[in-house]
Amino acid sequence: MLDQATRDRIQQEVDGNDVVLFMKGTPVFPQCGFSAAVVGVLSHIGVKFKGINVLEDPSVRDGIKDFSSWPTIPQLYVKGEFVGGCDIIREMYEAGELNELLDGKGIQTQVDA
Amino acid sequence: MSVAETIKAKLTAELSPISLDVNDESAKHAGHVGARPEGETHFHVEIISQAFRGLSRVERQRLVYKVLSEELSGPVHALSIKATPPAE
Repeated sequence: MLDQATRDRIQQEVDGNDVVLFMKGTPVFPQCGFSAAVVGVLSHIGVKFKGINVLEDPSVRDGIKDFSSWPTIPQLYVKGEFVGGCDIIREMYEAGELNELLDGKGIQTQVDA
Repeated sequence: MSVAETIKAKLTAELSPISLDVNDESAKHAGHVGARPEGETHFHVEIISQAFRGLSRVERQRLVYKVLSEELSGPVHALSIKATPPAE
């Protein structure tokens, strides 16, 4: 169930930040291996992102699944668009597609020299 | 039927896969949040099917999630998926 207040709150985060990761735990202290893996990829490519800890808010934890029609967490949004969860981010990173996507949207990354 | 067998049966029936591997990785997560003592909570699925042809990564995974929605809202705590069409 996704009530309007929760939907608005999620929408605000997604619209207000270029790169948003809904995750379990925080970027510094992820509390799930899948969330940690995505944080690792984002940190590695040097992109700034906002982490939202769904464990702090059960309405967001459940609501985000309806918001995106995606039943699992983590979930990554770039410029308001749902990109995927852990498997997809990993695959895209390995194929070089994640950098392409970020570049294409004008988001700065810092690729290791 | 075990959870793994149910996953296999549903994916086979709905997506006619060319190849399908369902691995129970619960043992790797023993003691974690969401793990049950009886296991069968964490799975990795690798599936090759014509059904994924022309779909984006997100759409492919959504298709698998849809087939397994009952399991995901029940015993399955984590499901990682590699879904591809043949010869990609």
